[in-house]
Amino acid sequence: MINKTKTLPLKRVKEPFKKNFKRNYQLYILLLLPVAWLLLFKYGPMYGLLIAFKDYEISKGILGSDWVGFANFDKFFHNYMFGKVIRNTLTVSFYQLIASFPFPIILALALNSTRKKKFGKTVQTLTYMPYFISVVVLCSIVIQFLSPRMGIINEMIRFFGGTPKDFMADPNMFPHIYVWSGIWQSCGWGTIVYLAALSGVDESLHEAAMIDGATRFQRVRYIDFRCILPTASIMLILNAGQIMNIGFEKAFLLQNQLNKDTSEIISTFTYNVGFATAVTDFSMATAIGLFNSVINLILILTVNKISKKLSDTSLF
Amino acid sequence: MKAKKINVSSRDKIFYFINDLFLLIALIVVLYPIIYIISSSFSSPNAVSTGKVVLFPVDFSLEGYKAVFQHDGILTGYANTIFYTLAGTSVNLIMTVLAAYPLSRKDLKGRKVITFLFTFTMIFSGGLIPSYLLNSNLSLINTRWVMFLPTAINIFNFTIAKNFFENNVPEELYEASQLDGCNYFRFITGVVLPLSKSILAVLALYYAVVHWNSYFEAFLYLTDESKFPLQIFLREILILNSTENMDPSALAARQGLADLLKYSLIVVSSVPLMVVYPFVAKHFNKGALTGAVKG
Repeated sequence: MINKTKTLPLKRVKEPFKKNFKRNYQLYILLLLPVAWLLLFKYGPMYGLLIAFKDYEISKGILGSDWVGFANFDKFFHNYMFGKVIRNTLTVSFYQLIASFPFPIILALALNSTRKKKFGKTVQTLTYMPYFISVVVLCSIVIQFLSPRMGIINEMIRFFGGTPKDFMADPNMFPHIYVWSGIWQSCGWGTIVYLAALSGVDESLHEAAMIDGATRFQRVRYIDFRCILPTASIMLILNAGQIMNIGFEKAFLLQNQLNKDTSEIISTFTYNVGFATAVTDFSMATAIGLFNSVINLILILTVNKISKKLSDTSLF
Repeated sequence: MKAKKINVSSRDKIFYFINDLFLLIALIVVLYPIIYIISSSFSSPNAVSTGKVVLFPVDFSLEGYKAVFQHDGILTGYANTIFYTLAGTSVNLIMTVLAAYPLSRKDLKGRKVITFLFTFTMIFSGGLIPSYLLNSNLSLINTRWVMFLPTAINIFNFTIAKNFFENNVPEELYEASQLDGCNYFRFITGVVLPLSKSILAVLALYYAVVHWNSYFEAFLYLTDESKFPLQIFLREILILNSTENMDPSALAARQGLADLLKYSLIVVSSVPLMVVYPFVAKHFNKGALTGAVKG
């Protein structure tokens, strides 16, 4: 996904469209299906965004419902949950951004430095595995392990003479559970991009450093680490563009009545407003979604611009 | 480092020792939960519910697996998930190639605009409710189609494929095959796809993982139990603790068996991806990375 900014493009001789079309018409035929799909399933919903500015009633349809301007946004901003969901979303995402960032880097450096190549490959392959576990299974593992009745964590606490604790019922524990289970699941997978960067490190740098008497640790510190620093900063910047974009599934599956104080984030709140309350409000739920999408868009574009300026590397 | 002849200084020996120790600890931290789950799944109901399992199975038994395969919902879910994964991944691959190959051709007019239309949806989308309304208007709700039509192309994967084609399928190849009287359709099936096996394997894995683990679409759109994928049943049993379809012989054994069933179920539902993954892993270096990093 990382594009280097283009150097001078080759100037092509201008070709009349008709001639070009005659040569390439088959390509346009191939594109018909994907473009139709794109317009229907990706741009179709954007038309539905209109109801964020309307008082949507199913009987009247999207066009027929009455315009209400920004009333739905107003309702959200004055909702008693507004401050809470924003705060919860930002807490979880910032925590995740900072805490999960160093682990793949350290693991990748260690994997790259080991002299036991077979052992390194095994560790690499095995640490990828949790990535393939579904969110439902991950959340159930977390709940099982933390269970006060039979969970292994509480068994250990009991073994060392402590008192068992119902972690899932404690709102203060939710961000920790969310973030650390995520680190367990994706740390190994996250090394892929760094290992790719490390494979591009110039061997002659290492050889020169060895002749100068550098220890292996110094070589990791001053050569390997320096070489993946640009990749690391790009990853950090790109992740920062996602801070308002915490997915629905995991938070929803780890949520219960007792930890809702910290586990209700923007996406779960949108779902609840749209589907899971006594009086569902499609218009307000759409407004919340649109509000979130616009913030995401601004964040990503900003972050992309910063990344382009700093390192010539950008997403688009 | 292939410097076998160079003497390793004692300081470096300590470094290598600590480094390998660190890797070992990382491995244990990642693997322990998995081993614990597998061991528990092969233990007796009583050993599981009294927390006797620490590392190895206690009172080896297959009760948990028996319970899993007697559960109607799980079997239905398994069959449905296999169908959604196979059908969905096929649709994904076809649609992704159809979009990515033409747009990888630099001489195609309008290529930039169409590519932008695709990538823009990665950073801005209609969101939950408008998508729901659309699928509802298209009468897709509670049909199997809803499990793979709206997600037919993943824009991220599309970009990987497009970059791969740009870098690995030279335009001259088409010109050469055109001289031999080959049209685009035959060119793609006969030349492009065989050249792109590694990226196709990687994309197939990416897509298959998403379908196998997909939960939200089914949760939102499906109401018939006969169409539910595995993940929906998993949530009911693993997270919501509903075990009403089970047939436990004694009341005391009920809780134990319910606990045990969860571990066996986790294993049964996750094994297929773990088995497939190593076969695709060797393509990662070739496929995923050349596609992802554009030189």
